[in-house]
Amino acid sequence: MANHNPWPDEGNTGHIWDEDLRELDNPPPLWWMLSFYAGFIMIIFYTLYYPVIPLTDKTGEFTKGMAGWTAIEEYNEDFKVLKDWRVAKFADKEEQLAAMSVADILKDDELRQYAVATSKVLFGDYCAACHGAGGAGNPNFPVLADDDWLWGGQVAQIEASIKNGRIGNMPARGMMGNLSDEEIDNVTDYVIALSEGKGSDPQFAAGKAVYAKGMCLACHGPAGKPLAPAGAANLTDQVWRFSSDRDAIRNVIANGVNVKKNGEYIEGTRQAIMPAFKERLPNADVNVKRLAVYIHQLGGGQ
Amino acid sequence: MSEKQSETASKSGTDHSVLGGVETSNKNLENIGVELLPVHTGGTVHAKRIPGTFRKIKWILASFWLILFVGPYLRWDGHQAILWDLANRQFHFFGLTILPQDIWILAMILLFFALLLAASTAVAGRLWCGYFCFHTVWTDVFTWLEEKFEGQPNKRQKLDQAPMSLEKLKVKIPKHLIWLLIGFATSFSFVAYFTDAIDLWARLFAFEWGSVETTIVVVLGLSTYFFAGFLREQTCIGFCPYARIQGAMIDTQTVVPTYDQDRGEPRGRMRRVKPGEEAPDLGDCIDCNLCVAVCPTGVDIRLGQQFGCITCGLCIDACDSVMDKIKKPRGLIRYASLQEFTGKKLPAIWKRPRVIVYSAIMTFAAGAILYGLATMSPIDVKALHERSPLFVQMSNGSIQNKWTLKVVNKGAEVMQAKITIGSEFQNMEYDVSPAVLSVQPGTVGSATLLVRIPRRDLTEANTPIDIMVEDVNNPQIKTTYNSVFIGPKPR
Repeated sequence: MANHNPWPDEGNTGHIWDEDLRELDNPPPLWWMLSFYAGFIMIIFYTLYYPVIPLTDKTGEFTKGMAGWTAIEEYNEDFKVLKDWRVAKFADKEEQLAAMSVADILKDDELRQYAVATSKVLFGDYCAACHGAGGAGNPNFPVLADDDWLWGGQVAQIEASIKNGRIGNMPARGMMGNLSDEEIDNVTDYVIALSEGKGSDPQFAAGKAVYAKGMCLACHGPAGKPLAPAGAANLTDQVWRFSSDRDAIRNVIANGVNVKKNGEYIEGTRQAIMPAFKERLPNADVNVKRLAVYIHQLGGGQ
Repeated sequence: MSEKQSETASKSGTDHSVLGGVETSNKNLENIGVELLPVHTGGTVHAKRIPGTFRKIKWILASFWLILFVGPYLRWDGHQAILWDLANRQFHFFGLTILPQDIWILAMILLFFALLLAASTAVAGRLWCGYFCFHTVWTDVFTWLEEKFEGQPNKRQKLDQAPMSLEKLKVKIPKHLIWLLIGFATSFSFVAYFTDAIDLWARLFAFEWGSVETTIVVVLGLSTYFFAGFLREQTCIGFCPYARIQGAMIDTQTVVPTYDQDRGEPRGRMRRVKPGEEAPDLGDCIDCNLCVAVCPTGVDIRLGQQFGCITCGLCIDACDSVMDKIKKPRGLIRYASLQEFTGKKLPAIWKRPRVIVYSAIMTFAAGAILYGLATMSPIDVKALHERSPLFVQMSNGSIQNKWTLKVVNKGAEVMQAKITIGSEFQNMEYDVSPAVLSVQPGTVGSATLLVRIPRRDLTEANTPIDIMVEDVNNPQIKTTYNSVFIGPKPR
């Protein structure tokens, strides 16, 4: 900083660097200063008018401004406009969904598309946790995008499954619970052979005999294919309800599905329960139908 | 740094530095040889208008902008010929309808004109600024009207300085009204490209304009009035980025309006030589200052090319008219490059690297535009492969993939889209729902496609598959979408 000031009359502050770089003291324009002061006056207004003070009053409510305005109220009001518009716009479609059967909804192209389009969020909220996004399935939870249905793949059957839920039921060690470990090994090999189309090979004869002795055919059908969809897996196809791993298959035969003893699940049994959604879903009358149509079109509806 | 120290520094600089006598302690721009050319800061520039060649060229080029005002009223096939229909996401240009899928053509158009700007600037300086820029043109028209109302520059200056009076208002108010009217016409015409022009007029008189239209017309109209009427050359000097970009694109081979210093200097007024007196050795410039008086940005071209100069050529007109009067050859101020003045010849345009590069990119862009317009298909298909699950194991052992097909009908008639699959697999099955998709003109139809291929047939995790879409009503309208069938890793 220079000690002497070569520009005494220009109103600089006397701070001079590099010989000629100097700090001036020019006032800002009047309009600028007026806006500046006006800004401070506005602070007083804002403080009184809006909820500025971050404290709660005696009742635990936060301090509102004189206007009583809150951001969440404004948001809710705005959002209500959108909601009302949506309700009004699609009122007739919702009525139709409520009045028609799922089979008829499926036939009506426009209504079917509406049901599918309005189901995505519902499916994500209520179904995808177990069945995966898009019905992709999860380990031990059924895939909904394939064509293998334990309880039937027609849209009305899907609707019934969602509405009332499903509980799998397979006894441990055969119907009578009397199969030995060796017999279980044999029947395990037999059902794997069934899915590969080799069930009548002589080497699996022992397993086939166990299949009959254990009364497996009562549910799974004489040839490994259930006569009607009632929760029993089709053993002749390539889709496994739980896992295609041999140990896992053997475990299901040995410990069954949802087997209880004295009100407790036995060790190693598969737990497979689809809850009833008529109580869980909001507006269940319509939403169950909507979801049935959505699931039907995921890739394997019949 | 104290005075004593600085003295030592400058002394050591004189003694030892390569800079020799240059004072290094004080780094004024002047001291390092940079000359700052003056910018007109003395209020409104009131430029004189004189006729001439460049004046004529300016009017002819400026008249292009009349299309802006006429354009919205052209009709084609019952609709507005040029219409950016934002609500329906369609751009109509006479017989052509461009949907958002073809918007890349717009990018090519922008690229073409950006490079045209670069190329023309490389060859002849700020041609855009001087002749074609809407700001230049509107300002030109506004000042022309100003002269009609208020008279010659000296009269206008006097009027500006005169105290407010009824007389002054009588002159000023009509001018401002006309300016505002032009501003309104400009903004209205702009908005009319985005909505039906005739309907816009009808709704104006019925007071049915929406807030968007009203805001744009008012804001754009007032900005036109403000920019062309008041800011004028300050826009070019102070904050137009194009002015600076173009200034930076000029090089020594670029021809720009230049004062021929060798011929003009030393300048001086011509006077009759008295007997016995030696005639002063003067150049051709008679220092009449007419080139400064006509400059719309208020620069003195005799100081050389500078950032205030928009290369409008009006100083050339002024100087030529003076040269004609004093019977000297024209061209004391002329379009010339710096290289010419150093005695070197200018290379031919097509031998300059920048011109070659710019032209190459322009050719590419133009080619792409032509290709785009020539191959613009009336159908556009997007096949969105299901992401979750990517594939499904079916009970009979095949693998299923799912697609959502979006079929865009860009034509004018209803399309019956039939979807088929081409692939190498014999045992492939597929379902399309709906089997034939009906798509209204200008809309998008959606169909679901399920394809099943036996797992044992799949040799790769990803197999190419062709989704073919054809209009049943009009079989030459068809397209193929190349997608991929995804399966598990082969065992």
